[in-house]
Amino acid sequence: MKAETISWTGQSVERVEDAALLTGRGRFIDDLGIRPGTLHAAILRSPHAHADILSIGTGAAAALPGVVAIVTGRDLARLTTPMVAGLKIAAENWPMAVERVRYVGEPVAIAVAENRYLAEDALDAIEVTYQPLQAVVDPVASMAEEAPILHEKAGANLVSDRRFRYGEPEPAFAAAAHTISVSIAYPRNTGAPMETFGVVAEYDPHEGVYDILANFQGPFSIHTVLARALKVPGNRLRLRMPPDSGGSFGVKQGVAPYAVLIGVAARIAGRPVKWIEDRLEHLGAAVAATNRVTTLKAAVSAQGRISALDWDQIEDCGAYPRAPEPATLYRMHGNMTGAYDIRHVAMRNRVVLTNKAPTGLVRGFGGPQVYFALERLMQRIAVELQLDPLDVIRRNLIPAGAFPYRTATGALYDSGDYQAAIEQAVAGRLAELEQRRNAARAAGRRYGIGLAAVVEPSVSNMGYITTVLTAEERRKAGPKNGAQATATVSIDPVGSVSVHVASTPQGQGHRTVLAQVVADIFGLPHRDIRVVADLDTGKDAWSIASGNYSSRFAAAVAGAAHLAATRLRDKLALIAADQLKAEPGQIGFAGGAVFAKGNPDKTIPFGRIAALCHWSPALLPDGVDQTIRDTAFWTPPQLTAPSEGDEINSSLCHGFIFDMAGVEVDPSSGKVRIDRYVTMHDCGRVLHPGMVEGQIRGGFAQALGATFYEELAYAEDGAFLTGTFADYLLPTATETPDIEILHIETPSPFTPLGTKGVGEGNCMSTPVCLANAVADALGVSDIALPLTPARLAALAAEPEPTRPATSRAAAPAARPGDRSLRGEGEARVGAAPEAIWAMLLDVDTLASITPGCHGVQKLSETHFKADVTLGVGPVKGRYKAEIRLEDLDEPQAATLTGSISGALGTGGGFGRVTLTPDGKGGTVIAYAYEAAVGGKVAAIGGRLLDGAAKAIIGQFFAALARKASPGKPGLLARLFGRRA
Amino acid sequence: MKPAPFDYLRAGSLDEALAALAEHGSEARIIAGGQSLLPMLNMRLAKPALLVDIMGVAGLGEVRREGGMIVVPGGVRQAALLQRPGLASEQPLLAAALPWLGHYQTRARGTVCGSAAHADPSAEIPLCLVALDGEIRLRSRRKRRVLKAADFFSGMMVTQRADDELIEAVAFPAARPGTGYAFEEVARRHGDFAIVGCAAMVEAAQIHLAVAGVADKPERRSWPRLDGSALDDALNAFAWELDAREDLHASARLRRDLVRTLGRRTIEEAGRCLA
Amino acid sequence: MPRLSAANRHRVGFTLNGKPVVVEAEPRLLATDALRHGLGATGTHVGCEHGACGACTVLIDGAPARACLTLAVQLEGREVTTIEGLAPAQDRLSVLQAAFRRHHALQCGFCTAGILISLEAFLREQPEPSEHALREVVGGHLCRCTGYTPIIAAGREAAALLRQASQSTAAEPLDV
Repeated sequence: MKAETISWTGQSVERVEDAALLTGRGRFIDDLGIRPGTLHAAILRSPHAHADILSIGTGAAAALPGVVAIVTGRDLARLTTPMVAGLKIAAENWPMAVERVRYVGEPVAIAVAENRYLAEDALDAIEVTYQPLQAVVDPVASMAEEAPILHEKAGANLVSDRRFRYGEPEPAFAAAAHTISVSIAYPRNTGAPMETFGVVAEYDPHEGVYDILANFQGPFSIHTVLARALKVPGNRLRLRMPPDSGGSFGVKQGVAPYAVLIGVAARIAGRPVKWIEDRLEHLGAAVAATNRVTTLKAAVSAQGRISALDWDQIEDCGAYPRAPEPATLYRMHGNMTGAYDIRHVAMRNRVVLTNKAPTGLVRGFGGPQVYFALERLMQRIAVELQLDPLDVIRRNLIPAGAFPYRTATGALYDSGDYQAAIEQAVAGRLAELEQRRNAARAAGRRYGIGLAAVVEPSVSNMGYITTVLTAEERRKAGPKNGAQATATVSIDPVGSVSVHVASTPQGQGHRTVLAQVVADIFGLPHRDIRVVADLDTGKDAWSIASGNYSSRFAAAVAGAAHLAATRLRDKLALIAADQLKAEPGQIGFAGGAVFAKGNPDKTIPFGRIAALCHWSPALLPDGVDQTIRDTAFWTPPQLTAPSEGDEINSSLCHGFIFDMAGVEVDPSSGKVRIDRYVTMHDCGRVLHPGMVEGQIRGGFAQALGATFYEELAYAEDGAFLTGTFADYLLPTATETPDIEILHIETPSPFTPLGTKGVGEGNCMSTPVCLANAVADALGVSDIALPLTPARLAALAAEPEPTRPATSRAAAPAARPGDRSLRGEGEARVGAAPEAIWAMLLDVDTLASITPGCHGVQKLSETHFKADVTLGVGPVKGRYKAEIRLEDLDEPQAATLTGSISGALGTGGGFGRVTLTPDGKGGTVIAYAYEAAVGGKVAAIGGRLLDGAAKAIIGQFFAALARKASPGKPGLLARLFGRRA
Repeated sequence: MKPAPFDYLRAGSLDEALAALAEHGSEARIIAGGQSLLPMLNMRLAKPALLVDIMGVAGLGEVRREGGMIVVPGGVRQAALLQRPGLASEQPLLAAALPWLGHYQTRARGTVCGSAAHADPSAEIPLCLVALDGEIRLRSRRKRRVLKAADFFSGMMVTQRADDELIEAVAFPAARPGTGYAFEEVARRHGDFAIVGCAAMVEAAQIHLAVAGVADKPERRSWPRLDGSALDDALNAFAWELDAREDLHASARLRRDLVRTLGRRTIEEAGRCLA
Repeated sequence: MPRLSAANRHRVGFTLNGKPVVVEAEPRLLATDALRHGLGATGTHVGCEHGACGACTVLIDGAPARACLTLAVQLEGREVTTIEGLAPAQDRLSVLQAAFRRHHALQCGFCTAGILISLEAFLREQPEPSEHALREVVGGHLCRCTGYTPIIAAGREAAALLRQASQSTAAEPLDV
């Protein structure tokens, strides 16, 4: 039976979610009331990228007013087990450091207090002693013999190394006219939802139940990980999600480890505990997309036809292989050939661990990394073979009539017409772009055009991650496959219809779309359908595939709701047929009524039929059990487990995107202006055009950030550098251009509504499309994200005008990526070198001239410890300092080596001081230093550190000069510092 | 991310504020708009014992003219200066530069003097003060003193303000006839601290260019009316002299390039305003 | 005025959305926490606590302010407007709010309160804003969902509707 009513589905109706959100009535996790007596947690985090924890002093913190408990890794280890990972390796996967920290920002202790302010006061009073270890942040370096090993039990940082072979790649390469390759280092970035993580946890010691409210987004396969970590059966971990979420973009999968931490904190404190993550914590330690080093080679004919691909991917999952990783690497496994008909593929996938925050779900999930390589390669083929880039794409596309199309690596592409989509997109537009490029170039400007063709997978196969295992290992573990979607439709005693789903919406508008879909089945106004989408694993229908990821809503969840509603509707039709004395096949639903088609007298209000099961169950006709509630479970049969040959249909649906961009690069500032951006989508049937457009615009803006602004940056020593929104830059309204959005629709034959996912595609297509455009503008082959002004200006730059001879001599330039602070300076004082020497060698004098120094402990003549207060302007912190004097060359030179640590971070460095007589009885004190700063102050004040170091070191020598020649401030005429 | 505890004094008069500073010295901080101080308090980068709020002090809230000077007292918000009627002719440099300062929302709270006191090397207000050879008027219980902007800013967030002093006002020289002004900036995003900010003032016989974002403080140079390759050479020398910083957002090389290119463009624009 | 001690809570009285309110605050209590947890005005959201995201923007005496960069004690005697104070009645939307709904100018809605507040203030100052000016004002906010274009469209439409409304109000006496 088909609904006869007008179709709400497909209309951009106003969202039911909006009125509450627009008037401040949203119910986000931090907006919900808490039980009286609930405590508040704050988390102490590691300032070191890699260090052994020697001790954690909690006494002073625990004694502070309002502090109820201090929880450390040892407490955690007593009450939980490490979290299970997707990889079978011996690394212990704790949500808080136990004995060793492995990334900056790793939780080290939790303070639980009467309010958040007091909990943060307690953090300042916890004293942790670390023994720093060498850190490794580069994925390639992590595999080197001499690299420090993060998890000694795992034996190496390389924790997975799999090779795959599909078709006959070696002969294809041997026979090819050309081998063309690209090498890519894709950086780390993240989703950065505007709402951070939140958890409210409570533990019932009698029933052994954890009741945890968290703005977790799924996948709920992680529920099993959490229950196991908390050492309770699944039915004793009740996970509840709030009605509203302030965005996720995949990232709120990462709240999971905090459910364990706050659960344990509540258990130890004996009271409910609430924790709201702050932005510094979020950027430093929530969830990063993987950074990946890829070499991709293609076997290509002279005409640009690709016969084989050879992928070499090194995936960096950070310090812990946290579930569901290494899923980022395998999510795209079925569609590694993109939109192209390529039958031979070789692949090597390696997973490494480094001293960076663990990775996880971020919008695009694996797609940005893969397509950046693949679509850069397509452009390089065109450039190197002097072909038209669009022709190279066209020549390799999967033919329009070939769907469903089985890729070499095992995906079954459901539907598509890539040629039609591309021709519709380029018609008129590409020629115009080319004209604009010609005109700009004729005027001497740097204009480029970029293209990208991308297959966007959606509705993940729960079995794809097992592709990381060998066929033998999979046989042992048992097959994993499918993707259970659930939806419940219920009818109450007055006949009004409710829908409940386990899709944990993160702001997309699921409730509106479900109301449209279900309303169409029952012939009701969409406003009459009430949808509840907050999930409670203790009461609601859910399975491991539940949640908000892999763009599964429109295809899987809306489809399941459609199925549940249809089942109920068909039963209601039997009741109506019975009541109206009509054939069931004649029963229609429209306009709030149930009627017999062609017989206007036979009409009953919908509510009468719908409520009958509550009031008069005895009147139910044969074959109708009940019409009160129906829960549909739907899993597509196409999502099979990996084959013996490692072929995997990693996703159910495969949308298509074709993007075109025209950009202009200003070579002097390195800034890029996006002149035109066109994005063509085929996401199957569109349920709500406004929301689809919203997903595309939002995905584009996020991708714009990944392209030009965003990187979770680390220094070589593992210091984290982008802890605030002043350094991790999201595009704003002034950076985000309007774009042109186009559609064609090839409905998916595999989903109940013909829909496919659409939310992630531009995160896959846009970075590479823009990079292709910029590469075209600048005529370069190697181009790395993010495309910062400094990088682009360097690519465009002419040789630099030389330093004038009158200027001071050049100091050695820092190596690229080396963010250590270097500087030098000099001070002239009116005392002889011997007098200065004596001062430097005298600990008491040194202490008196060190800014804010107190509590000096002299360990030897040349070695002392002290408490120092350091700062510039209002920024001040107390540190424990240890200083040694070395390489003594009396009275001419000495080296001061020091390290400091405090709540604001850590630092270390050395300075060489030389004393030269100035010929007038005085001394020129010259100094050169090199320092590195880590921890909080590096993460939040990177822009200021260099100047701050200079100022503090300047203060020291100014004080030395003052001490050496008191009363002669005039001699302190020249005190300057300058950077090397 | 919550501040450490502090006492709070809403000063009813300048004397009350100065007395608090005299008593507490570096342990006290003035809070006006709070746009620079509050992030540091929230992150616990700063833990003063006492905040002295001067926004209730009478007489600090109005911009006034004193002869050729535009005097901006400590309570004047950036938005108020930007919205001052006739600012574009009274001092075109300020009218051009202030829209680059943070955002609409932060300008509505942040004060002009607060930005000067914070002394961020990339900030627009210190740049304009240095470019125009403006003044910083300091006051303590002990004395009043006036410093030239170039003497006041001494480094990254470091100034010549003593712990017991506050900035009572800053003063910008108003536009002089026969002088052209221009402002240009390159930042990662609109509203971000400048990678390089340039403020130029061109007179009949002289060029002045001040640059922010490159050295530890805004720096100004003056030349005769150079043009052509002589101006390029002068700008190149200036670019190298500044010992450009290298950070996450830009390389030293890009900063030097921008001093040469953006600096030249700014000077030329100021010259056109003059013509 | 006496110095407020860090160790105590102090009574802070101000006007919130037209009604007098009182909250007890230590000097260090942020206005965001006072509004949300002290007074239950949870529509003002906290996204970064360093003044960068704009989610917590409120009006203080009619001018926009980051509530996370404002101390509760600084609200003493002020007129504060939050998202809860924008609609003409509990079950209605303001012209701007309705335009946001029509244009799908929000998705998760977390940043929306701050953006509405900024536009509310700006459209009063500048009833006929250019797209460029609107982008600069919205540029003081981070939104990760929408890509901003629908927000700008909603702002422009609301400005036009508000201008029409004010013109027709002004024209009324002539009609009589």
